[in-house]
Amino acid sequence: MRITCPLCGERDRREFYYYGADDYLRRPGEGAAPAAWDAYLHLRDNPAGVTRDLWYHDMGCAAWLVVERNTVTHEVLSVRLASEAEEGAA
Amino acid sequence: MRIDGKGLIDRTRRLSFRFDGTTYSGFAGDTLASALLANGVRVLGRSFKYHRPRGILTAGSEEPGALVEVLEGAQQTPNVRATVQELYDGLAAQSQNRWPSLKYDVLAVNDLLAPFLGAGFYYKTFMWPRAFWERLYEPAIRRAAGLGRLSGKHDEAVYEKAFAFCDLLVIGSGPAGLMAALTAARAGADVILAEEDSRMGGRLLADTGEIGGMPGADWAAGVLAELAALPNVRLMTRTTVTGAYDHGTYGALERTGLHLANPGDLPRECFWRIVAKQAILAAGALERPIAFPDNDRPGVMTASAVRAYLNRWGVAPGRKVAIFANNDSARATADALAAAGVTVAALIDSRADVSVEGPYPVYRAAQVVGTHGRHGLDWIAVRDHNGERRVEADCLAVSGGWNPTLHLTCHMNGRPVWAPGIAAFVPAPGAVPGLTPCGAAAGVFSTAGCLADGARAAGVALAALGHAAPATPEVPRAEDGAYAIAPLWVVEGKGRAWLDFANDVTVKDVRLAAQENFAGVEHMKRYTTQGMAPDQGKNSNIGALAVLADATGRGIPDTGTTTYRPPYVPVSIAAMGAGGRAEGFAPQRFTTSHDASVARGAPMIEAGLWYRPSYFPRPGETTWREACDREVAWVRERVGVCDVSTLGKIDIQGRDAARFLDLVYTNTFSTLKPGRVRYGLMLREDGLVMDDGTTACLAENHYLMTTTTAGAGQVMRHLDFVHQALRPGWDVHMISVTEQWAQFAVAGPRARDLLNSVLDQRLNPGEWPFMTCGAVTLNGVGARLFRISFSGEHAYELAVPARYGAALFRDLVARAETMGGGAYGMEALNVLRIEKGLITHAEIHGRTTAFDIGLDKMVSGRKDCIGKAAAQRPGLLGPEREQLVGLRPLDHERAIFAGAHLYRQGEAARRENDQGYVTSVCWSPTMHSYLGLGFLRNGRARHGEVVKLADMLRKTEVLCEVCDPVFFDPEGARARG
Repeated sequence: MRITCPLCGERDRREFYYYGADDYLRRPGEGAAPAAWDAYLHLRDNPAGVTRDLWYHDMGCAAWLVVERNTVTHEVLSVRLASEAEEGAA
Repeated sequence: MRIDGKGLIDRTRRLSFRFDGTTYSGFAGDTLASALLANGVRVLGRSFKYHRPRGILTAGSEEPGALVEVLEGAQQTPNVRATVQELYDGLAAQSQNRWPSLKYDVLAVNDLLAPFLGAGFYYKTFMWPRAFWERLYEPAIRRAAGLGRLSGKHDEAVYEKAFAFCDLLVIGSGPAGLMAALTAARAGADVILAEEDSRMGGRLLADTGEIGGMPGADWAAGVLAELAALPNVRLMTRTTVTGAYDHGTYGALERTGLHLANPGDLPRECFWRIVAKQAILAAGALERPIAFPDNDRPGVMTASAVRAYLNRWGVAPGRKVAIFANNDSARATADALAAAGVTVAALIDSRADVSVEGPYPVYRAAQVVGTHGRHGLDWIAVRDHNGERRVEADCLAVSGGWNPTLHLTCHMNGRPVWAPGIAAFVPAPGAVPGLTPCGAAAGVFSTAGCLADGARAAGVALAALGHAAPATPEVPRAEDGAYAIAPLWVVEGKGRAWLDFANDVTVKDVRLAAQENFAGVEHMKRYTTQGMAPDQGKNSNIGALAVLADATGRGIPDTGTTTYRPPYVPVSIAAMGAGGRAEGFAPQRFTTSHDASVARGAPMIEAGLWYRPSYFPRPGETTWREACDREVAWVRERVGVCDVSTLGKIDIQGRDAARFLDLVYTNTFSTLKPGRVRYGLMLREDGLVMDDGTTACLAENHYLMTTTTAGAGQVMRHLDFVHQALRPGWDVHMISVTEQWAQFAVAGPRARDLLNSVLDQRLNPGEWPFMTCGAVTLNGVGARLFRISFSGEHAYELAVPARYGAALFRDLVARAETMGGGAYGMEALNVLRIEKGLITHAEIHGRTTAFDIGLDKMVSGRKDCIGKAAAQRPGLLGPEREQLVGLRPLDHERAIFAGAHLYRQGEAARRENDQGYVTSVCWSPTMHSYLGLGFLRNGRARHGEVVKLADMLRKTEVLCEVCDPVFFDPEGARARG
């Protein structure tokens, strides 16, 4: 598997650490209801198709990435810096 | 038998080799198989189950029968295909799966028991009693069955792994592959041409057709000369592409040293990961056998193998060769043999509607219905409309048609498509993105067709690469005969008809599987073991599923194939794991004091990837405990020095750095003033403790965070996540400086005296209170000093740029020794922190909360932090939690062990009575007692209670008093003083 890091270019997936779905970008605010925290921490889709998840280029530039890929075809559709994903803005 | 004047071998270089102890000779360019055939050796091994004699079936890596052991001692390598092993002077090979000898094998008696040993025999027979399976039946069966043996020793030979990148990977160097590589290379693409064989050319080396008016092998040589001269082409022989993976990644195994008598420094094999923007599969096709009675007798070979031995190696596999085929390759084989002067005993074509003429007996609409001979083929029984007749032959060349070598196209879930015209599966279009099958691998079976298809595939790849492809590539003229075949899978008759020659699976076994409702192709495979031998069914898959399709009435396309998975050929684990043996398994990180610690005889223990000294033995000490007790006493009474550089150090700067620390730590850091240090606790977002450590404020907006040794990587990743993903707008920058600073703990009542002897400035009492930090110098070298303590003593940590670490450690230890102290290791460090009830990852092991370890007051109520919300969840707070406690055995000298569980006194040590567990223990020379830290249900309310500590592994039960986890100096006066 190859991931094109926006900063480093195309690299082997061994350079990256996989974290999980990009739901982690949408952290509930202080005082959010327990259900919101439950959803944030535990509830995940398992799509056959397009999914977006978070990878960390830990053997490269230390950038957190949002990788959009297809779980059926294994195609990588886009790779963006997590810091530039709109959900991350605070 | 060698044929004069034929073959691509070097007859001026004679090589001597041994097989089963007998010395033979061959020529440079031979394989072990061709050399043995030339010497008239027909039996090379015994089969897996029935111990039937096995000869050579093929001339390639798909060989199921001619498996031998090569090399000796630790390097002994089983299941080497004699058809792949190149001959070298002094090669020694042994046959497999026979005792006492290949010719007289005791377990050949299995063959007489064959009526009882059909598919599923083991499952049905060895059912009872149940316990016997593991202890008796399975070991006995495994001894009787099986192929090669491993040495049981470590293989210390050198293997390598390597990486390559290219525009276009061409897999296979037959007419299609060469044409594709040439077309792409001329257009300027960066090409790797990978060929499994030792020599490029594919079938052009084994067949005699002409290309562009010259012999195919000469045309291939010309193309290769052009390719070799191009700077954008890399030719890789002896390299089998073994797997296709996502995004243009291919695995490949190169045999780098296995073909050489003296490989010198060369590794035996190299496993490649090749990343190609485009790839072309020109792997050709494999000829398949026909299942007729006793078709496994040595001397029965594929027709293409017979032609390969004849033309490539100048060997006639028999004196009188019969040919049995259901397609046009029968005549090509007969003509090639006749032209070489070999007697063609008969041409048996199963088709009625063919006109075959030749200077040999021809049987149309005929079949081979039996083979005979003691240790190899003597004669065959042929049946046609005139009835059965006997044909004397010592070799039978069989062709049941060709299967495109499409395995790589299936490695990413692609399912091949049945092509009735050639009675074979062909690759599904687009099965592997970026991989274009062409030539015989795509079902194109004429030389002219392969050349044109290779050029076409190159055009597809060049277009995808953005290169201008030639409008009309120059494709030379070549044979363009149509491939006519009439499917023939099974010849009915008396006797077993083999499908899988390696695993001894017959037509009857497959029919039995269908009858017993193992009717799906994957079920049939597992029930019969068809396709599970080293050849992975390359010779038997299609035949077996044709039999299954017939038995179930479903037809071949509906029956489908089993799943083709990587690797295409067996790959030694040693090659894939090259470099990963012993110390190579994981990187090693050494501190700057490593050499000095080793020189002092300290046993080094692993801490993550780091190596740290366990203790520093002294003459006269016989156990680690003596050294540990002495080192603890030094720190408590005088002064000790310990390298703590392995703790993670993260430099954090920026206008929002303080705010950031407030978010990642449970407690507040924005109130920390420059020159001060604070202990911090970090949670995961799920509310459990991630890590702890001290963070120093070096200056305004500049902090140095310390993590645990084990948690350093996780914390760095976490901080990057919180910043980039959750607070990308904040002005905060951080980087690991763990390796840039060597840091030493100087601990004990005389720590200040020791430091005053090395620092350029004096530490006066009262000037550096507990939990302060600042810049100092040593001989003019800038350093950082932290007044922190992990031992409970008056202590400092002194950090210098790593290049001064080795010198400083030696200096500090030498000075400590003059003060009656010295270096201390991990064992003493552990005792010191347990005496003080300080936690490590033994306690914050991923299931404990701040509440559990008694630090819930550190979770600030005035701000948000990572993990705060989740830490408030029901079930994570309260008396039902197991809470950190101290444990002291009533008999102080009675040893206790970590991992033991806690029970109420008087209750049985059973799971349902479990009250908690022990995480850390030590012998405390300070307290003259064993001490433990552990987690006990509602433990903080139970100080003073006596509990039972039960160690299930050591079968011990010890009564312990529950107490506060801080055993020593609970007021902390020593650290502050």
